Amino acid sequence: MNLPVIIKFVIDLLAVLLLALGIKGLSKVKSARDANRLAAFAMSLSVVGLISYYLGTSGISIQSWIWIIFGSILGSLFGAILAKKVPMTSMPETVALFNGCGGMSSLLVALGVAIFPISGGQENFDFFKSLINEVSISVSIFVGAITFTGSIVAMAKLQGWLSTPGWTQSKVRHFVNIVFAVASLIAFFDLINGNTSSIWLLVIVSSLLGIGVTLPIGGADMPVVISLLNSYSGIAAAAAGFVVDSQLLIVAGAMVGAAGLILTQVMCKGMNRSLVSVLFGGSLSAQSTASSGSGEYTNITSCSVEECALTLEAANKVIIVPGYGLAVAQAQHTLREVTKKLEQNGIEVVYAIHPVAGRMPGHMNVLLAEADVPYEQLKEMDVVNPDFPATDVVLVLGANDVVNPQAKNDSSSPLYGMPVLDVQEARTVFVIKRGMSAGYSGIKNDLFDLPNTSMVFGDAKKVLNDLIGELKDLGVGEK
Amino acid sequence: MSFISLLWVLLLGSLLGLELIGKVPPTLHTPLMSGANAISGITMLAALTLIVKAEGNVPLLIIGSVSLGFALFNVVGGFFVTDRMLAMFSRKPSNKK
Repeated sequence: MNLPVIIKFVIDLLAVLLLALGIKGLSKVKSARDANRLAAFAMSLSVVGLISYYLGTSGISIQSWIWIIFGSILGSLFGAILAKKVPMTSMPETVALFNGCGGMSSLLVALGVAIFPISGGQENFDFFKSLINEVSISVSIFVGAITFTGSIVAMAKLQGWLSTPGWTQSKVRHFVNIVFAVASLIAFFDLINGNTSSIWLLVIVSSLLGIGVTLPIGGADMPVVISLLNSYSGIAAAAAGFVVDSQLLIVAGAMVGAAGLILTQVMCKGMNRSLVSVLFGGSLSAQSTASSGSGEYTNITSCSVEECALTLEAANKVIIVPGYGLAVAQAQHTLREVTKKLEQNGIEVVYAIHPVAGRMPGHMNVLLAEADVPYEQLKEMDVVNPDFPATDVVLVLGANDVVNPQAKNDSSSPLYGMPVLDVQEARTVFVIKRGMSAGYSGIKNDLFDLPNTSMVFGDAKKVLNDLIGELKDLGVGEK
Repeated sequence: MSFISLLWVLLLGSLLGLELIGKVPPTLHTPLMSGANAISGITMLAALTLIVKAEGNVPLLIIGSVSLGFALFNVVGGFFVTDRMLAMFSRKPSNKK
């Protein structure tokens, strides 16, 4: 073993260690930021390790340098610009886009190796080795292509550029996807048989499969899909590791793959959906409008912003339940203004965060942190649920299904079993909502019919602005 | 490295990932997802290998360079955007009073 090999080995080992520590550190609020930087450092370290290895062994030609610098400057530049500019509310689609590009990168590497076998890989050619090589190339292309097209479709749907086509809700889609899957399998075996040109068939059908699988999935299930695709991009990276014979790639890819799977599971649990039903069940709203849409509201109380302000002024303890609607209305800063006024009046304010509030677990925390809400005021569901009976006022802002008591009381409801916030236990509940439309599940919310619930109709941002005015008139928060 | 030892690496890496991530509070799931996503851009090393070993093969150099660009877009963007999210959590204590 010569020196460059030893140095690269040590650096790779160190990079793996730091990446693992980085992921671990990301699990605590205090250390998360440093951990992210540590992981970034480990990634740069791994690049330094690889470059120094090639400098010490085969050398790097000027031509190679030019293409290295060209690719890395362009990629880094666009990545950095997008990361700085993108608003916090569009975080899910941004992650989807980055993720798709990671998948694309793995795909291209495998494609490059498949078309132009790289030198050095052929010296001890035997059947077993070339078989492994072809399998890892195929897996890398297959998973990479699905990650890429799937992520791009997910991004386009979240951005509203793409809606769910009607035919994808019928059984036809299963047939279409099975055709794509079988075609990928055929291309795969053809490739192993030595027919190199079938690699293009593999690229095309696995790309189509990525589109076909993602397209039928409804907007609210999208985060689950993105998380799953994130896991896939890790698998694609690990497969690329087999292609170029790099343990570092395999370890890092495997870690990301495992992370994505855990996260996906957490998200499904929070929504009371199984992964299978997310992937193959189609859009939930399309199914359930038929079954549960019949329930009519019988006892809706609506009230003015003024009444709401008066009740808030008299309260001792207020719990805010923010939801996706709040994020859409970009009202988190206005909400912070309202709670500041209440706090100045000595009213205890707490935010109840449902595990799937917003569009991804933790997304709501990020949005509220952006509006300067102190971290200590954000309470998770299990912590805050026992507090509702001792609470005077609950403000529900743009949340719907996560406060539906049906999930606890009605075993025939599709929501039954989903963990919910027990807001109905509080003395008064205000639901700020644009109209009577259902949540993404399309299911009637029994909460709205309860006698202690009042609806305040209007756009979240506008209602909150009016509320600030009313509170000012009442002299709240002015000392 | 033999194929079998690479499989061991794959297995142990997966177990490590499961173990490390099993304990993250929901609050940090979005930053974690975005951070883990940045790490999946590790394929940049494969792209780099491709370019170095291309030996003047221009189509391969182009493929490698584009691949490197995509991977770095993922890595740099991913880490920056994660840092932006986490900055919002960590600045809280110092901002108070």
